[in-house]
Amino acid sequence: MSVDVKRRESSDRVSLSEVGREREDGALLSVRDLRVWFELKRWGFLHAGYVHAVDGVNFDLHLGEAIGIVGESGCGKTTLMKTILGLYEPTDGEVSFAGSEVEAFGTQEMRTYRSAVGYVQQDPYGALPPFMDVQGILEEPMKIHGVKDSQQREQRIRDVMAEVKLTPIEDYVDKFPHMLSGGQQQRVVIARAMILEPRLIVADEPVSMLDASVRVEILRLLQGLQASHDLAVIYITHDLSTVRYFSEYIFVMYAGKLVERSRVNELLANPLHPYTEALLAATPDPDYRNALTQKEIPPGEPPSLVNPPSGCRFHPRCPHMMEGLCDVEEPPDFEPAPEHFAACWLHR
Amino acid sequence: MSQNNTLLRIEDLRLYFRTRQGVVQAVDGVDFKLGRNEAVVVLGESGCGKTSLARAVLRLLPRNVDTYSGHVYLDETDVMSLGDEEFRRNIRWVKMSMVPQAAMNALNPVLRVGEQVAEPMTAHYLADKDEALDQARRMFQHVGVPVDFLNRYAFELSGGMRQRAALAMALVTMPEMVFLDEPTSALDVLTQANIFNVLKRIKNDLEVSFILITHDIATSSELADRVAVMYAGQIVEMSDARRFFSDPLHPYSRMLMASVPRLKVEQEPTFITGHPPSLLGPPSGCRFADRCPSRFEKCVEEPPVIDEKGHQVKCWLYA
Repeated sequence: MSVDVKRRESSDRVSLSEVGREREDGALLSVRDLRVWFELKRWGFLHAGYVHAVDGVNFDLHLGEAIGIVGESGCGKTTLMKTILGLYEPTDGEVSFAGSEVEAFGTQEMRTYRSAVGYVQQDPYGALPPFMDVQGILEEPMKIHGVKDSQQREQRIRDVMAEVKLTPIEDYVDKFPHMLSGGQQQRVVIARAMILEPRLIVADEPVSMLDASVRVEILRLLQGLQASHDLAVIYITHDLSTVRYFSEYIFVMYAGKLVERSRVNELLANPLHPYTEALLAATPDPDYRNALTQKEIPPGEPPSLVNPPSGCRFHPRCPHMMEGLCDVEEPPDFEPAPEHFAACWLHR
Repeated sequence: MSQNNTLLRIEDLRLYFRTRQGVVQAVDGVDFKLGRNEAVVVLGESGCGKTSLARAVLRLLPRNVDTYSGHVYLDETDVMSLGDEEFRRNIRWVKMSMVPQAAMNALNPVLRVGEQVAEPMTAHYLADKDEALDQARRMFQHVGVPVDFLNRYAFELSGGMRQRAALAMALVTMPEMVFLDEPTSALDVLTQANIFNVLKRIKNDLEVSFILITHDIATSSELADRVAVMYAGQIVEMSDARRFFSDPLHPYSRMLMASVPRLKVEQEPTFITGHPPSLLGPPSGCRFADRCPSRFEKCVEEPPVIDEKGHQVKCWLYA
C-alpha cells in the first residue's frame, strides 16, 4: 500500500509523473545540447566572460535505467545535475521530462516536477536540518506537497523507513541527525528523496563521505530501490570503481562535455577516450605492487572553463594529440562500437 | 627488520579523553614499529582512533586528556619522558612532523604560501628569512610545485598544489618521519595518483619514513610497505603489504578487504553489518566479536597478539 501523492495534484492538470509512468514515448528525461554558462562580472557590472560549466551535453534516460556520470571536480557534473533539478536555467538547449520542457514549467508544474524527482545529497549531515527529528524531516515534503491527512503521512513515513531499512522504526523517528551514524543519516536522506514516490532519483556522490564498509551497503540500497520502483537514476561520482556495481551506463565528463558514453562493462574493458584511459589507470585496486611503480598520469590539470582550450578540451594533456586537428576542431561523438560513443578524433 | 633499523617504537600507548558521558578510550594499548625509510599504513574506519594515535605520538593533545601513557621510542630514546618544551624544540617537526587532515584548506589565506612553508625553519632552527625561504624553495622542487608559487597566496593554488604545499611544510625541516592523515581524501582521482607519485619519489629521494593514516584501502596500497589495521582503538593486525593485500588474517581485515569495490577484477563487494562499538565503554573480550562471522566461545576473552609467521594478529582464531 502506498499513499498516492501524485493523484491529488492531477485533478486539473495532467501530472508529469503520471505521464512518466507510461513508457510509451520512450525517454523519461532527455537532455538536448544543453549549455549552462555563468556570466562573470567585473566591478559588479562589466561583462568579463562566461564560465562554460556545461557545454553541449546530450543524453536520454528511460525509466528503470541507471546512469553513472563520472568526472573530476569542476568538470560541470554538479551544474548538470542542478540544471536537471531545475535549480539553474539552461543558457541554451533543453532538459525535458516526460516530453515537456523543464524550463517552461510554471509554478504548479515545477512543484509537480519536484515531487517526481528525488535528490540525494553528497554530505548527509549537511543536507539534514539539525533541529528537526527524522519524523519532521520526512514529513516536510509531504506537507509542502499537500498531503493533508496526518495519518496518511505517518503511514507513508513508516513505509519508506522500512524500505530504507531504518528499522525498528521507533528507534529512529524521534532521533535528530547528530544522533545517527553517517550511514543512517544517508538512509534518512534517501528516505526523504523517496517519500513523494519520485520517478527519477539524482544522487550526487551519495557515498563519498561514508566509510568503506558502509558504502557498498548504501549503494545496494539505492540499487534495490531502483529495481523495485522501476526508477530512473542518475548517479554522479568521481569514483569509477563504485559505478560498476551500480549503473548500466557510464558517462565520462571532462571540462563541461561528455567525452565518452557506453555500457559500464564495455567501457571498463575497452575505454576509447584517452581521458577515460587515464582515469582507469589512476584508479587503484588494492595491490602491494602499486607501491613499486610510478603511475603514468597526464600532465597538467583540467582547463579553466572560462577560456576552455580550442578543439578537443583534453588536447593539452593528451598523449595522442594530433596537431592541426585536435587543437583546432572540436571532435563530434563517434560511435566506433555499437552504443559506445567517444568524442575523440582517434576514433573517427 | 633489525633493531638498529627501527626508527620509531611504540609500546602500550594509551590516550583516553574525558567527556561528559565518560572516558573515551581512543587509543587503547597500541604497540607499533616503524623502520627507517619505511611506509606503514594505518587503516581503519572513522572513529577508530587512527588520528588520535598520530596526535598521541606527536603530543598534540587537546585539553580533555584523561590518560596519556605508554612509551614512544624514537631512535631508542623515550620521547614520552621529555618535558613539553624539550619535546617541542627537539622532536616535533624536527624529528617527526605531520600533514594533518584537510591541511590544504587550513593554509593561512593572508600569508604567501612560501612564508608559511618556511615558517617551521624559523621556529625550530632559528633560520633567518632568506635561509628559510631557500629551504622552502628546495622542498617545493621535491614535491613538484613550481618555485614561483612561493609568492602566491593559498587561494591562487589548485587543490593538488595546496596539498603539495602542505606536504612541503611538513618536510621543510627534514624530519625523519611524517604522519600523513588522509592526504588525498578530498582530491580527484588523477590528482590523488599524482600526490602518491610525489610521495613515492620523496620516500626514495629524502629517505623519510611515512605513517599514512587512511580509510581508503585501494589508494593506501600505493605507498604501503606494511599495513596496520586499527579497530576500536586497538591494532588488530600488522602485516607486510605483500601479504596483507592478498591474504589478510584478521576477520575484520578480511571483511574490510572484501568491501572494496574493484575496478579490474570481477568481484562483488560485500559489507560489514553492524557498527563499531562505542569507545566509551568498549566490550570486554574481542571488540569485533559482535560483527564477526567466525566468533566462538573464546572471543569473550581479550585476544592476545599472535605472531603468525611474522605477521601480528589479535585474534583467537590463530591461537
